[in-house]
Order: sequence, then C-alpha cells, then structure tokens
Amino acid sequence: MRVPVEWLREYVAVPKDARGVDVAASLVQVGLEEEGVHGGQVTGPLVVGKVLTLDPEPQKNGKTINWCSVDVGAANGTGEPQGIVCGAHNFQVDELVVVVLPGAELPGGFAISARKTYGHVSAGMICAADELGLPDDGSGGIIRLADLLPSADVKPGDDAIPLLGLDRETVEINVTPDRGYCFSLRGVAREYAHATGAEFTDPALDLAARAPASNEAGYEVRLEDDAPLRGNQGCDRYVARIVRGIDLTAATPAWLATRLTEAGMRPISLAVDVTNYVMLALGQPLHAFDVQTLQGPIVVRRARQGEKLKTLDDVERALYPEDLLITDGGDKALAIAGVMGGEDSEVTASTTDVLIESAHFDATTVARSSRRHKLPSEAARRFERGVDPQAAPAAAQLAVDLLVQLGGGNVDQGVTDVGAPPTPEAIELDPTLPSRLVGVDYSTDDVVGVLREIGCEVDTSGDALSVVPPSWRPDLHTAPDLVEEVARIKGYDRIPSILPTPPGGRGLTHGQRVRRVVADALAAQGLSEVWTAPFVSDERHVALGYDAEQARARTVRIANPLSEQQPLMRISVLSTLVDTLRRNISRGVKDVAIFELGLVLAREGEQQHALTSPVGVHPAPEVLDAIRAAVPPQPRHLAILLSGETEHAGWWGAGRPADWSDAVALVRSVGTALALEVSVRADDAMPFHPGRCACFALPDGTLVGHAGELHPKVCQALGLPARVVGAEIDVDVLIHASDQAVVSRPIATYPLVQSDVALVVDQSVTAAEVEAVLRSGAGDLLEQIVLFDTYQGDQVEDGKKSLAYRLSFRALDRTLTTQEVNTLRDRAVAAAGSATGAVQRT
Amino acid sequence: MSGLNMQDDPVEVSALDPAAIDQAVQNALAAFAGAGSLDELKAARTAHQGDKSPLALANRGIGALPPTAKAEAGKRVGKARGQVGAAVKERQAQLEADRDRRILVEESVDVTMIPARRPLGRRHPVELMGQRMADLMVGMGWEIAEGPEVEAEWFNFDALNFDIDHPARQMQDTFYVEPADSGLVLRTQTSPVQARAMLERGVPLYIACVGRVYRTDELDATHMPAFHQLEGLAVDEGLTMAHLKGTLDRLASELFGDDITTRLRPSFFPFTEPSAEMDLRCFVCRGSNPQCRSCSGTGWIEWGGCGMVNRNVLSACGVDPDRYSGFAFGMGIDRALQFRTGQSDMRELIEGDVRFGAQFGMEI
Ligand SMILES: [Zn+2]
Repeated sequence: MRVPVEWLREYVAVPKDARGVDVAASLVQVGLEEEGVHGGQVTGPLVVGKVLTLDPEPQKNGKTINWCSVDVGAANGTGEPQGIVCGAHNFQVDELVVVVLPGAELPGGFAISARKTYGHVSAGMICAADELGLPDDGSGGIIRLADLLPSADVKPGDDAIPLLGLDRETVEINVTPDRGYCFSLRGVAREYAHATGAEFTDPALDLAARAPASNEAGYEVRLEDDAPLRGNQGCDRYVARIVRGIDLTAATPAWLATRLTEAGMRPISLAVDVTNYVMLALGQPLHAFDVQTLQGPIVVRRARQGEKLKTLDDVERALYPEDLLITDGGDKALAIAGVMGGEDSEVTASTTDVLIESAHFDATTVARSSRRHKLPSEAARRFERGVDPQAAPAAAQLAVDLLVQLGGGNVDQGVTDVGAPPTPEAIELDPTLPSRLVGVDYSTDDVVGVLREIGCEVDTSGDALSVVPPSWRPDLHTAPDLVEEVARIKGYDRIPSILPTPPGGRGLTHGQRVRRVVADALAAQGLSEVWTAPFVSDERHVALGYDAEQARARTVRIANPLSEQQPLMRISVLSTLVDTLRRNISRGVKDVAIFELGLVLAREGEQQHALTSPVGVHPAPEVLDAIRAAVPPQPRHLAILLSGETEHAGWWGAGRPADWSDAVALVRSVGTALALEVSVRADDAMPFHPGRCACFALPDGTLVGHAGELHPKVCQALGLPARVVGAEIDVDVLIHASDQAVVSRPIATYPLVQSDVALVVDQSVTAAEVEAVLRSGAGDLLEQIVLFDTYQGDQVEDGKKSLAYRLSFRALDRTLTTQEVNTLRDRAVAAAGSATGAVQRT
Repeated sequence: MSGLNMQDDPVEVSALDPAAIDQAVQNALAAFAGAGSLDELKAARTAHQGDKSPLALANRGIGALPPTAKAEAGKRVGKARGQVGAAVKERQAQLEADRDRRILVEESVDVTMIPARRPLGRRHPVELMGQRMADLMVGMGWEIAEGPEVEAEWFNFDALNFDIDHPARQMQDTFYVEPADSGLVLRTQTSPVQARAMLERGVPLYIACVGRVYRTDELDATHMPAFHQLEGLAVDEGLTMAHLKGTLDRLASELFGDDITTRLRPSFFPFTEPSAEMDLRCFVCRGSNPQCRSCSGTGWIEWGGCGMVNRNVLSACGVDPDRYSGFAFGMGIDRALQFRTGQSDMRELIEGDVRFGAQFGMEI
C-alpha cells in the first residue's frame, strides 16, 4: 500500500516537519512495515533560474555544450549570475528553467558541487525531469517552466521544490493479511494515531452522518444467496446510490489524479477514478453501473451451471457455481461480486446516469472467485482481507459527492441499503492474559485503555473483560488477538529479554551425528559438499537409464513446477547432482569431486490422498495416522561424483584419474567411519557401467547402494566427460545399522606373522568372494588380509587370473610359530579352492 | 708425524719412561686433532688407542716391571690413556656433529613448493551454518527435530492455523503435488515439524528444526526455490514473549557478535498470536549511519518471523492451550550465512561451484 503523506495529513495530524521517513518509522512500530519512501529525494537549493546568456561551444568529441549564465536571484547568496555548463539544446535566452545549485542532492544520492568541466567552472546544473525523479515532461531536454507550468507566477530564485511537487512523499508499507483496513488512508491514519498519539479524524463519520437513510424510492436490490459458503452470506450489505445527468467526459482534477498516481493507481476516467479514490480513502471497493443498461432490479445470487460473463478485461469467463454474481433482474450476470464487473453494464464516456454499488461481500466467496478466475483485483484484495461493513453508506456518499462536484448531475433521492451484516461478537478477555503472554506488566487500566483506543467497546463489569471489536477489525476473534493489540500499541520494545530454562535435552540424535560424520569423512577425503534443487524430468530418468514409468511410480509430480521441464521430484540424488558436476566442468574446473546428502522420493504403491481438516481441531488418531501414511517415504541418500584427476599432477609427479575403485573406496570409507561391515559384490544397475558396478550390502543382506563408473551412454546423454565415477547409497540404512555400540576387543601385542599366497582363479570369480572364503578358512587368528597384487597374462592360463594375498596372523596369548601359520594358510587356501576353484600358484 | 705412519711402524714405549709416555700422548692428541673425518679419526684411534698403540704396549709392559715400579708406572700409563681416551671422545663428538650438520644442510628442500596432490574437500557453508545454529540450540537445552520435505497439507497449513481460504495460505507461493486433491505440498516452511513434534513428543517441548523448504520463486540473486530455515518451538507452562526475545537475543549475539541484538516488530502469521517480525541490529553500521546501504539507514535488518504459538495450533496438536503457552520462531539459515560472511548472491549458494565452498574452512 502506497500512502501519500499529503493525503494522510487530511485524516490525522502528522506534524508539519515530519518527513516520509518519520511517518514510516512511526508506522513500523505498530506493525506496518516500511517498503520504501518515494519522492522527497531532492534536497537543498533547487530554484527557478532565468537564462541570461547562452554560448554554444563545439567540442573535440563532436558534441556542443552551452556555456550559460543564469539569474538565480539571491538563491546563490551573491545575487550574481550563476555560470553553468549545459548539454541540452531545447532552451533559449530569457527562458525560465530549473537550476540545482551546489550543496543540493538529487535522487540516487547524487550530490551537486561546482566542478571544472569543458574549460569552465560549472556551478550547478540546469535540470531535466528525469534528473529530478519526475515523469517525462515531453520536452526532450531540460524543463522549461513556461511549458510545464504555464500558469505559474514565478521569478528567478524561487524555491522550485514545492513548485514541482518534489516535496511530496509517499510511504510504501507492507500490509499483513490480517489488516485489511490498512489498505485505506482511513486505516493507515488510524494506525498512525495509535503509533504517535496524533489526533485522528475518521473521515467516515462525517460522511455517514450526511448519508441519507434507505428509503422506498431506492433502486431495488435483492440479496438471494441460496448457497452461502461456510455459513456466511455472500453479500450481507448492499448500498446503492444513483447520480443522473453527469458529464463523465470531464477531466479528473489534478489533485485527485495526483493522489491516485501517488497511491500507485493510474487515472483512467472520472467514474473509475472516483471509485478508486473512495476505495483508497475508506477501504470500501465500489462498483459503478450504467443505469441505462439495467432492465430490472439488482439481484445478488450464486452463478448457475454454464453461466458466462464477459468481464471488463475483455475475457469471456465461464462462471463457477460458487461465484457470487450481481445480476440484472436475476437473469443476466453483470459482475462477479467484489472481483470484477462485466462489459455490458460498464460505465463509459457517454454514460450519464450511474448507479454506485457500495456492498459488503463475504471474504471467502471473493477470495475463491478471485483465485479461480486468476483476477487478483484491488477490490478482491480488500474484500478477502475483510472490509468494514459499516463503511458502505459513507463510501457511497463520498462517491456521490465527488461525482456531483466533478461531473455535475443530480443525486437521486432514492437510497438503497439492504442486508444486515452480523455485529462483531464479544470476546472474553482475562485482563491478566496480556501480561501472562507478553511478559510485561500491564494493569487492567492499560489493557482497557488500549482496547478502547483501537475502537473496541469494553465492558468491565465482570471478572473478565467483555470486548466488542470495532466493525473495521474483522481480524479480532480471540483473546490472544486482543493481547497482540495491547502489546503492539504499548510497544514491543517494552518486552524484556529472558532466556528460558528448558528441562535439558538429549543432544543430537544418532542419525544427526551420523550425517555429520559421513559428510565430514567425505570432505576430509577431498570431496566438496553441494546441494541441488530436487526437480527432475522424465527425460532425466531416461538419460540415467531408469525406466521412466517405474521412476514415476516412485515419485510425485508437482502441479505447478517452476519449469514444465522438471515437474518430478527426484528419486535419486545423482539425478540432480550431475547438473552440478556439469556446471563445474563448464566453468573450467576439470577435476571435480562432489557429494550431496539429500532426500529422495521412494513411494511404494498407490499415492494416497492426505486429508486436510479444519484449523484448530485435533484430528482423531486414525485420521492422523492416515495423514502420516499418505506422506511418501523420503529416505536420505548420499550421492558422489568424481571426474578428472583425484590425485593431481605436479612437480611431485604424475596425477591419477579417478576411477571406479575410488568410488568404491569412498563408500567403503563411509562404512568404516561408522564401524559397519559393508560387503561388496558385482552388480549391473543403472546408471552404472554393467562391468564396473559395485553393490553394497549389510551383513544381513540389506541393500546399501551402488558405486562404480557411470555407464558410457549416461555420460554421453548427459554431456558428461567419459569415465565419470560415482555412488548413490541410502544413508538411513547406515544410520539404522550403526545405532549399536561397537564391542571392544583386546588388541594382540605378540609379533605379527605373515604369509603370502597367490591364487589362480577363473576371471569371473571376484576378489570379494576369494577374500571372504580366505577369511573364514584362516580363522580368528587372521588379523589382516591384503590383496597386494593381481596378474593376468603369460604366466597363467587364458580365462584365469592370479590374486596375491598377504595374510597376517596374530594370537592374543602367544607368538605364533611358522608351523601354525602355514597350517592356517593352507586351510585358507583349501577353503578358497573348494569354494571358488582357486589353485595356489607355485 | 701422522698416526698412519705410527700404525705402520709400531713404537715400543717404556712405561718407565715419562718422556716417552708424554710423547705418545702428544702424538695421539695431535693425530686426533688432525683427523678431518670420522674415518681418519677411526684410523688415528687404532694407531694411538688400539692394541698395538704405544700406550697399549706400555700398559702391557707394566706387568713385567719390578713390583716397586709397578704402581707409579701404572698410574702414569693410566693417566696417559685417560687423556687420550677423553681426547678421542671429544674429537669423535665434534666430527659427528659436523657430519650431522652437513647432512641436514644437504637434505634441505624448498618448503615453499606447496603440493596439491589431493586438496581437502569442504562441507557446504550453508550446512555448516545450520550445524552451528543447531549446536547453539542444543547448547541451550533444546533438541533437533526433523520432518519430510514432501509434506501433508495438514501439517504444513491446517495444523498451523492456515485456513484454506485465508490469504496467508495463498501468499506462501506453494509447490502443490498432483493431483489437485493429493493433500501434499513441498513444505513452505519448517513449521510443520512443530506440529509433528508436539504430536509425537508431547509437552513440555523445546525443539528446533534445521531444514530445507520450498517456494515457487525463480532463482535470482535474492531468491531460491529451495532454501533453509531454523525453526524453534518451545511449549511449556508460563512462557512469554520475553522468553522468545531472550532466545533470539542469545542466538543473534552468538552468531553475529556480542553487540548484535534483536528487535521485535508487530506482524502477522497464522500460527502465532501475538506475532512479530524479528530484526537484527545492522552488522555494518550498528544503527549509527542514516546513509547505511546495508540497512537503508533504519539500523535494522529483517531476519525472520516469530510469536506466541496460536491457541489453534496447540489445540490441533492436542496440547491444552489454557495450561500451556509457547513461542515459535523461524529464520533463514542462508540469510544468516550471508550476514556472517558478507556473501550477497544467493545463486552461489545453490549452484554447487566447488570454488564457492573452497573459500571457507570447515567451521563457519
Ligand atoms: Zn546499517
């Protein structure tokens, strides 16, 4: 909401010297946040000048500048002509111009000082409109006062700031959705009075007093809402007034157009400008109908199936049964109540007789219609936040007054005012509640005083106060609502600062700690943590080699995605992490190692409908269970991507490109960091290379995830370099599995005895399989096993490979003999032989 | 006379000849002093201290002397050998020290050749900031709660007193899940975790939530479709807005410095009543510069929303609003990071350029 300060002064006694920033500072105290102050940015000497001499001086750069002397009266302190260089050419000697003198400041903090330029000392500037923050004056150069203000009686040295309206300021405030009444000057003026104690004059009071009562001669209006929403009548008050014989071609006067413009609305025509003006002044949206187009009485009813209306924005709209309509005789739709009028009954320049509608429409009805038709009109914005139902007659009166004053014409004696808005209900308030909720000691007098100040009627006869809110505060329903009023009018700055003393918490959860450990472990190994927005497309799933149908069955689709290309929630972190990899590479970072910990969708079965329920009600346990169950599972995954060198080249030697084994080792390190035994086997799962994909599992078989080299097709489809490697694992599985404390075992201190063994196996046999049987065959005295060499070639048969292991044995209670160790080694080899066909190489 | 010659040509020295003994000692000392390396010293040692050295022979000769001369000769030869022994030890130590010094000099390298074989990775600064804020809450005795990002509308809105028709529900720029009646949204705030925590844990309750939330904002320098919030909820008997202010002040001073306090300003949120917007003292000017660009001269910077938990929220979550009161607050973690580090373009936070995180350490 833009609040022209000059307009505000009409309703509340803003101190004469208060500037826009001061008004904004006062309003923020009562909860109207400052969005900005417009205008009033020109400070210091800005005066009328008369051009005495003008010498064009061509420059080397092809431009011609004018060296001028300008009479600025006594404004420069000397009365001598001011020497000024000016680049514009749309003026001549003897013309009156606007001159800014040294010491002044123009919009944007542009400070003016005398400066040397083009061989002269230019002491100021002859101003153009845009330099002063004024709208384009069409001059194509500097302002010529004879053109801009032909009737102004000015002389050199006169202050040009008020002359050009540059002293006018508009304070833009943010109005929270509970304060519909502050979408009006009337409401903001009231709040300014609350904030400062300045005297407030409610403009509606005088107007209401002058508004004649409803009578038989009024235009017939029938309220026939047969389907109220949530029990509220769609229209509970309708005031209609008629002015006949108006000349709507009359121009809107400058003062009114200026106020509208400053308030952010474009002047359009007298009828529209007057209704907008009244809305801005009093917060009551109005609608004007051309009386000549009306056939019968105005009937307010819900729309019928199949009904249509061409609205003022020239759109033919199919109406919804919930839409509340203003109709001609009940048949023809004229307007969507409180949202937008129709074309047929529109007031035009040729209209002479106007019916002014000043009605009170239900917030829910207007909100839903406005949303459904995507028509967030100024009227709808006010109705859905709550309009004062008692302001309707005053608003109609102001509109009638202005139309007659500005367009001529006569007011009909007939006045319509039908309907009966419900009166606000009394709220019981324990006078100690404000102190108990806010933590400031307020006396009962304080509480009663504030509530009366904001317009409440307060009955103090009982133990509890009985408080009836004013008609313009439909947001006040409960005792805490009143507590906020007390707190904000007394000032939030009075609230002390006290640290509460919780009973003592249990620290981070195991899962929270695990996530930190995992992330820290990866960062320590050279990976950078990133995060991505979780939105993907079918195409991305296909590019990653997932089945698009199956992927969709695991996730949910966003109804209103930012990009129609990415309407799905991701089912793997890799699916969005690849974008980050690509971005880094495209920015010239060749060697990238990144990871992300984030949620993915893992829906199983049909998507359930999650119930909603009215606010303030505790749902039954089974309802709550159903709501929780309808939220799809969202496990936390870890994804890793490596591209380029994992060990860089440099003076120390060659680099080493990241390969599948790095990805596997990183996942293993995560398991190790959590003291988890994570087994590895070969797998073929997208998006990985079918021959370079490791699958990880817990000892009980629970799947942890995959790592390896990305499938060449995936790299190609996503525009990634070849041989990118990565991993995706379920961190929740690891969290769950690592929740038990490790049982400590004694550390053997006797000497280590080692024995090496080379085994020849079929190519298809994996190292993990061989290692597993060697371990079990060697028994508990085996402390460590390392695959220290692998070989394929002349020394072994085709289709075979050699795996060389170093077995290290140690006992807790003695030094092992070579004999013992050889026996254990032979057992291990025998076990490997029978399980995998391994033959010891000799 | 060199020790080497002596080795070739052993000289018999009589233990009874003091001059000869003296000479042998002098010869030995001179040989040791003349030894320029440990190898030379070793040779000199063999010559003058070894089995065939004059003093060794003299020593051996003592046994053959008459008993009357034995004592004196023994004393003399013993003293001489002691002298020689000490000298060789001293020279040995000297030469070893020289050698060690020389080796260390020879082994010196240019330590300014900084290797970058495998640079350290980084945690994301936003994650670190969230962690830091969570730790502050934990330190105050609160616990950290969590919830899903695809959330039921009931938790995101209804439970929090966002009426289906209230403009505030429309103002959230919500991502809705298909179909239209799915009842699911991407959570627009971390506040649904409040409702989950109250239902699951009961009261009294002091929980904070660090999490990612979503709004339908296009990515630009000041907006992200996904961002991070710290949510706090305390429900207990006798809690007031003063406790809210106390908690916020502590957070602000811990994160941004001792002299950074908060200001509460009346506002509106469906889930709190009374409601407030919380402002932070301007980091740049501390409220002292009317021309400050950081705070537009107001001295305050907006940080988040807060207030006393609305009775409807307590009721919806099964908490007796007549017995318990509570306060809640939510603030941007990304913004907090920006305040703390001067970072100013939100795109850098989400783009994942590894050079962004590389500016920071592992502690924000
Ligand atoms: Zn500042």
